[in-house]
Amino acid sequence: MTQEIKNSPVLEVIDLHVSIEDKEILKGVNLTVNIGEVHAIMGPNGSGKSTLANVLAGRPEYTVTGGQVLYKGMDLLSMLPELRAREGIFLAFQYPVELPGVRTWQFLKASVDAIRQHRGEKVLSVREFDKLLDEKREIVEMDTDLVKRSVNEGFSGGEKKRNEIMQMALLDPTLALLDETDSGLDIDALRIVSEGVNKVRSDKNAFVLVTHYQRILNYITPDYVHVLVDGSIVRSGGRELALELEDKGYEWLRDQVAV
Amino acid sequence: MTQTLTKYQQYETDYKSFDDSIGSGQPEWLRSMRLSAWSRFQELGFPTARRGNEPWKYTNVGPIADASLALATKPAQVTLDQIKATAPWDDSWLNMVFVDGHYVSEYSGSASGNVTVTSLAQAIANGDELVEQHLGQAPQFEEADGFVSLNTAFVRDGAVLHIKQGVTADKPVHLLFVSSGADEATVSHPRVLLVCEANSKATLIESFVGLDENVYFTNAITEISMASGAELQHYRLMQESEKSFHVGSARVQQESDSVYRSKVFERKVGLGRFDLYTNMDGEGSSCDLKGLYYTSGSQHVDNYININHQKPHSTSRLYYKGILDGKSRAVFGGTVYVQPGAIKTDSRQEDKNLVLSPDAEVDSKPALFIYADDVVCGHGATAGNIDQDTVFYMRSRGLDLEAASRQLIYGFADEIIEAVEDDGLRQYLEKLFLESLPSYKFEF
Amino acid sequence: MTEQRVISRATGVEDNEYKWGFDFDIESDKAPKGLSEDIVRLISQKKGEPEWMLEWRLKAYKYWLTLDNEEPKWANIDYPPIDFQDMYYYAAPKSSAEAPQSMDDVDPEIREAFNKLGIPLIEQQRLSGVAVDAVLDSASVATTYRKMLEEVGVIFCSVSEAVKTHPDLVKKYLGSVVPYTDNFFAALNAGVFSDGSFVYVPPGVRCPIELMTYFRINELNTGQFERTLIIADKGSYVSYLEGCTAPMRKTHQLHAAVVELIALDDAEIKYSTLQNWFPGDKEGNGGVYNFVTKRGAARGKNSKISWTQVETGSAITWKYPSVILQGDNSVGEFYSVALVNNYQQADTGTKMIHIGKNTKSTIIAKGISAGKAQNTYRGQVKIMPSATNARNFTQCDSLLIGDKCGAHTVPYIEVRNPTAQMAHEATTSKVDDSQLFYLQQRGIGLEDANYMIINGFCRGIFKELPFEFAAEASQLLRVNLEGTVG
Repeated sequence: MTQEIKNSPVLEVIDLHVSIEDKEILKGVNLTVNIGEVHAIMGPNGSGKSTLANVLAGRPEYTVTGGQVLYKGMDLLSMLPELRAREGIFLAFQYPVELPGVRTWQFLKASVDAIRQHRGEKVLSVREFDKLLDEKREIVEMDTDLVKRSVNEGFSGGEKKRNEIMQMALLDPTLALLDETDSGLDIDALRIVSEGVNKVRSDKNAFVLVTHYQRILNYITPDYVHVLVDGSIVRSGGRELALELEDKGYEWLRDQVAV
Repeated sequence: MTQTLTKYQQYETDYKSFDDSIGSGQPEWLRSMRLSAWSRFQELGFPTARRGNEPWKYTNVGPIADASLALATKPAQVTLDQIKATAPWDDSWLNMVFVDGHYVSEYSGSASGNVTVTSLAQAIANGDELVEQHLGQAPQFEEADGFVSLNTAFVRDGAVLHIKQGVTADKPVHLLFVSSGADEATVSHPRVLLVCEANSKATLIESFVGLDENVYFTNAITEISMASGAELQHYRLMQESEKSFHVGSARVQQESDSVYRSKVFERKVGLGRFDLYTNMDGEGSSCDLKGLYYTSGSQHVDNYININHQKPHSTSRLYYKGILDGKSRAVFGGTVYVQPGAIKTDSRQEDKNLVLSPDAEVDSKPALFIYADDVVCGHGATAGNIDQDTVFYMRSRGLDLEAASRQLIYGFADEIIEAVEDDGLRQYLEKLFLESLPSYKFEF
Repeated sequence: MTEQRVISRATGVEDNEYKWGFDFDIESDKAPKGLSEDIVRLISQKKGEPEWMLEWRLKAYKYWLTLDNEEPKWANIDYPPIDFQDMYYYAAPKSSAEAPQSMDDVDPEIREAFNKLGIPLIEQQRLSGVAVDAVLDSASVATTYRKMLEEVGVIFCSVSEAVKTHPDLVKKYLGSVVPYTDNFFAALNAGVFSDGSFVYVPPGVRCPIELMTYFRINELNTGQFERTLIIADKGSYVSYLEGCTAPMRKTHQLHAAVVELIALDDAEIKYSTLQNWFPGDKEGNGGVYNFVTKRGAARGKNSKISWTQVETGSAITWKYPSVILQGDNSVGEFYSVALVNNYQQADTGTKMIHIGKNTKSTIIAKGISAGKAQNTYRGQVKIMPSATNARNFTQCDSLLIGDKCGAHTVPYIEVRNPTAQMAHEATTSKVDDSQLFYLQQRGIGLEDANYMIINGFCRGIFKELPFEFAAEASQLLRVNLEGTVG
């Protein structure tokens, strides 16, 4: 495993163009994320922010029509989704998928095994894994019996999101992409999820938070805020940009772009 | 073969005299088509076999084969008032009236506006090219059964409708097939051709109505050709005599992006069967088939539906509901085929039945045959009575048993009726179905 | 949460070749090829059967002749005509001509052969708590655990033995659920059946262990026609499991078995099958034709019959394990996984015939199609006028892997009672892309991800199996899916 050094770029997105079914969604996105940083990507509905997170994780429906993405210096776009995951990219899904009949425990064990094997680490014994899982489960205050059930099946919206953050804690990613993890959460769930993120956050990893609302940024302080409108980043700034957006809405920026 | 000849002696006799009298006036291509259909019928007979006969598994057409039915050679005398008393009628429709299979011009509206409508007999006499192009061309004619062959053998009258490219028909066309139920038991073989050119829009209503409670046989075929982007709303009503036989089919050829919507209502018949084929032979085509059957007495109604997805991105929806009372029997056979390569097919079929009598029987056979992988297909079927918990809930709000169950049965039927967009037709159906619905009987 | 123990039969596997395909070099005692009245008499004589048994066989054989080689044609399967004169109707390992009295008497070669299959005849090497009756070709070679079963009064032996030792039970029940007139293959089986298992559980006894029969067709060109009869007397319970394999042969082998179950008042029979007959090679050569009639009569009040099947083998499968719900409050269940790959064809499902009051049936069928294979679910639910308050729930789901295979669902729902409630649901799709992506995003490779999803799809069925066999079923699924994705 390569040793990440604080302030070295982990992700470089260069002039990225992405389409889905011949419709261009991202129209030249540039973004650099360094180790130890938290970036918030904000924007109105349909601006392409979820697309960005999903393309970085390798979702097959999207077609990259131009540009380049370097992850730890590697050509990310040529990598299979599972290889990206094994190399430390984690996507917390906006809509976590239900897997009927697939027990959460089996799924997570397979996932941790695959990632550890890729890193050349030894596979955890059942006992070791259970201990690790217990630790991570507590971070998001998740019930024991949820890990015995089928993945996300019959979970409430809040439980699904907490499950995502628990998985993130368990898989210990280098780059975590959080796709609207805050949407649909009540205030307690939002607190639990945010605390989970803060516990995982360190100077050895980096976060990209995709969000519509600045609410979650009250709990997770970003180093940078970027505003994505109609497929390109129209403004970047610090924490204060998010507050300004809350005040003025997205229309204000859209108008500026138009000008 | 000799047995067949004896059994179908009446048809044999009628065919000869029909061919002598009418046939000589018909063009050569039609005569030869009829002739080969006749020999096909002699080979096939009616599908009476009881073993290994999947399409007719639950319907025994033996009574039709055994009945002595003479060809209706002319329309019986009936008045328009008699017809209007039984059949749906709206002056805002373009009504074409057929009595005992024969077009009756004095009761029919004249084609006005942008829809071309002719009686089939007239179109044949005119040498209309459309007839030669489309007659017998609808899908699934090769493996068709004896009923289809028989209809073709006796082809003479019916209707030809032509909706030209880009045209939105300004009024619904109503084809009203009246059986007089005159003293002698007769058979008629109406044939309808509907040609919808690209991007046209039309509404077709077909009513099959019996005026008297006698034995007769309606053997009808409707062939529909839909070019790309065409839209059709097709209503079909079975309101025949309780002693009648009715075997009908609609065969629809769908090109790309065409939209076929069908609503079938079956209220009265002795032994009735309706085959509906949609051949979805173009990308992006869709069909939405709804049906409501309500059987009582000793009626027997069979709906046999085939949806054939041949090309990618096509969508089909099927939703049939049945209410069974008395000693009646209803059969539902709905089959969806997804052919190799027809990816992104989205198909759902549903058949729901309310069985209200201990002597009634429902047989439901929804089937899926799928040869492409990237599809989402499903079907569901239910049979049972109204939900007792719901009845109890309603009674706890002060309704009595009968009122509660009546409302539930009404609601069950109304879901299909309220989907009828034409006001006149919907009101007619509400009256026909809802006012005669039984209330649930709890003691058997 | 512990690792599941997996029986060794399916391990150490590197590709999707059939792993059970070795054949044994055991000298066998074979009747001449072809079928005639003489062959029927010979089979009966070889088995030392009483006259009444021979008469029953002959009646069945004569009935079969009247069917004039007309096999049932309605199933969605396609195969060349079978030449019923071009196969052997009786083959038994020579060494079992005198039936073994104890485990020590079993031919060491046969024991070795079954050890190779992972089917332990030696009790020390047994699957824990499972009594095994092994049927090689047509003869039952050994029954384990006999003593323990005898103590509680459970009879578990071969049918040929039962004909001699328990003629009254056999006379009373044989053919009472599946008469020889039932269908073409049932008639054939009744004429020439060679062996199979017989189980009788006396009133009030809960059979203390799982009973298992292991079937294998070894001889070339041999038809296997076993016949199994299980009777659960009042208030008893038994769980029975059968496993099947066959060697790789270039020609097809016919397997036409009949299984009859009878559950009297308050009795329960749980019947599980892991069917892994040789499916033929990747080009569709060889493989077993599996034409089987299985039916249970839930004859007594409050009786219950439950079928669980995992079908991964056979070139063609034609079987509909059914329940006739005669007793009031009786229960019928059918849980099935059918996986077809390469050129396999399966037309399988169930029949639930509701006759008694308050009868209840559940059908859960999962079909998986891959390669160029065709998979059909065919099931009938019939609610007779007498079946007041009958209930049925049916769920059929199909998964398609690749665009050259087919998945078909053909239910027949026949309701003749207004107090019945029945609901049927079916879905067909491929493995969901978003599920695959979710697993891949967690670092799991495509093939493993597919397997996990498909295993999850089948999990509800596997959990109906006894524990050891659930793990084995899962393993069978994996082996048979290898190479189908990615």
